[in-house]
Amino acid sequence: MDVQIWTFIIVGITFAIYIGVAIWARAGSTAEFYVAGGGIHPILNGMATAADWMSAASFISMAGLISFMGYDGAQYLMGWTGGYVLLALLLAPYLRKFGKFTVPDFIGERYYSQTARIVAVLCAIFVSFTYVVGQMKGVGIAFSRFLEVDFSTGVLIGVGIVFFYAVLGGMKGITYTQVAQFCVLIFAYLVPAIFISVIMVNNPIPQLGFGGNLSDGTPLLTKLDLLHTDLGFKEYTTQNKPTIDLFFVTAALMLGTAGLPHVIVRFFTVPKVSDARKSAGWALIFIALLYTTAPAIAAFARTNLINTVDNKEYASLPGWFNNWEKTGLLKFEDKNGDGKVQYYNDQNAAFVASTADTKGWKGNELTIDRDIMVLANPEIANLPAWVIALVVAGGLAAALSTAAGLLLVISTSISHDVLKKWLRPDISEKGELRAARIAIGVAVVIAGYAGMNPPDYVAAIVAFAFGLAAASFFPAIIMGIFSKKMNMQGAIAGMIVGITFTATYIIYFKFLGGTKDQYWWGISPEGIGTLGMIFNFIVAVIVNKFTPPPPAHIQEIVEDIRVPRGSGKATGH
Amino acid sequence: MPGKNLQEYWQKNLRLLAILLTIWFLVSYGCGILFGEALNNIQIGGFKLGFWFAQQGSIYVFIIIIFVYVNKMNKLDREYDVHEE
Repeated sequence: MDVQIWTFIIVGITFAIYIGVAIWARAGSTAEFYVAGGGIHPILNGMATAADWMSAASFISMAGLISFMGYDGAQYLMGWTGGYVLLALLLAPYLRKFGKFTVPDFIGERYYSQTARIVAVLCAIFVSFTYVVGQMKGVGIAFSRFLEVDFSTGVLIGVGIVFFYAVLGGMKGITYTQVAQFCVLIFAYLVPAIFISVIMVNNPIPQLGFGGNLSDGTPLLTKLDLLHTDLGFKEYTTQNKPTIDLFFVTAALMLGTAGLPHVIVRFFTVPKVSDARKSAGWALIFIALLYTTAPAIAAFARTNLINTVDNKEYASLPGWFNNWEKTGLLKFEDKNGDGKVQYYNDQNAAFVASTADTKGWKGNELTIDRDIMVLANPEIANLPAWVIALVVAGGLAAALSTAAGLLLVISTSISHDVLKKWLRPDISEKGELRAARIAIGVAVVIAGYAGMNPPDYVAAIVAFAFGLAAASFFPAIIMGIFSKKMNMQGAIAGMIVGITFTATYIIYFKFLGGTKDQYWWGISPEGIGTLGMIFNFIVAVIVNKFTPPPPAHIQEIVEDIRVPRGSGKATGH
Repeated sequence: MPGKNLQEYWQKNLRLLAILLTIWFLVSYGCGILFGEALNNIQIGGFKLGFWFAQQGSIYVFIIIIFVYVNKMNKLDREYDVHEE
């Protein structure tokens, strides 16, 4: 059977499972819709969190980015796992004890202010929306390859499916579906990695395998370093970009993890405070399964890619190459007309002068959208058709589970925080649910449109969302727990300064034509959230000094959330 | 619950946090980023050490940190009688 048929079968089966689970666990009340009624076991919650968390960025995009970035890819690996340490140690248990539905709920009550709540709602919507846009691009890539259609059509199909599935479920449905999706996505990620690891380095554990030797006895990574320098790239295993940027991007991703509304809300769904701590640990274990495999896949894929295309006749390239050309995400342009593919770093002046010119190369001829690497990887390595199909199904599971979780946050923000707690306090529970579902519909359509015209690679778009979360929520939540004296004025001023600064920097460099040499201290837009967060802290502390302290009952609340005993169920009232 | 005990509980919690977050920082930002190039001079198996910390080791340490915290806090909760039923 060919890849296409296998893909239909496997994607079809997995979707049937998700939809079945979603219908079985349909949400009846707002509590079930928002936080699954607060009764999910920590291990299941850990799996759901992992699926919610690992999006198209982790599954489809990340290993591809790493394979082009080498060492520097660590910013995603450490950034998207290290945040769980902060979550487990600094946030999850206290927010669970606080026992509310949403992050704006916490901010609104802790800072005893409707304004603070509204600022938090706007931040939550902005952050989640940026994130969803990244997912839509990921879904688009998976569908466009799988159905062999244009990328935009792929996004449109994705919009339809995400809509159906997020509207139906609510948090309860989503949580159980996400458990299923985790199983699918992790299986789909590990199988090809193990295959390739066995083929290339004869080791079934990819985490060890990419430190192993190739059949000719040289270590894989040494060989890869050599391939890189031969083509004018920097060595794969050495740092390439400025250390300060690596530092700031990693920090932005970690702090963003700890400030992301759709992740935080996960810890409201477990029964107890101690479960919230444990749940973060389980989530990280499940996430680490994928995150420690990703760098192995990256190194394997990079080696295979170079070996397959480097100086080969275009006419003799394998079928996957032409298939991906159809999607428009892989392009070959024979600049020197020799019928062969020259892939090298034509930005490296010394290399161009010393090597490329003498060989008659007229510039790099291969353009690869990094986001296709994971999906193309099994084909490049010549794996059986069903494995390739499995990867497509896994990519869809990852993108859908995250998109659903995010859309839930957006809809919750609108129906619960904007309508119920602000504009129309007298709304009925039914009306609230209906508003939530309408909000999902509107959000997914806009996200689909943005996903067709994405500003960057999936993982990079997602990184912006993290920067925004780090710059807005992280300081407000941390100070809300660890400082009894932080007041409403400080928190509001901090959040506004943090998110405005970060968003401005990103928009300037991504949409208004800012260039790299204008970066502040070499910090790229992906890492600027860390600086935004520092500004947030500084502004909050200064404003706090000159404004009245919070009232006594707020200080008592802070005392109370510091001890686990007496945590009830999460409530919205 | 006497207030003094709660103060002490919170102080112990903060001390534990400080220790664990220092390890967290040293492993990821230290070994993985700031000293990554220096550690790369050490080769273990097929890996350069800095590269290994940046792409593998730090993640394993993160998991250990969380579970150490869960364990210690569960004990602390009991010790100060603030655990949940």
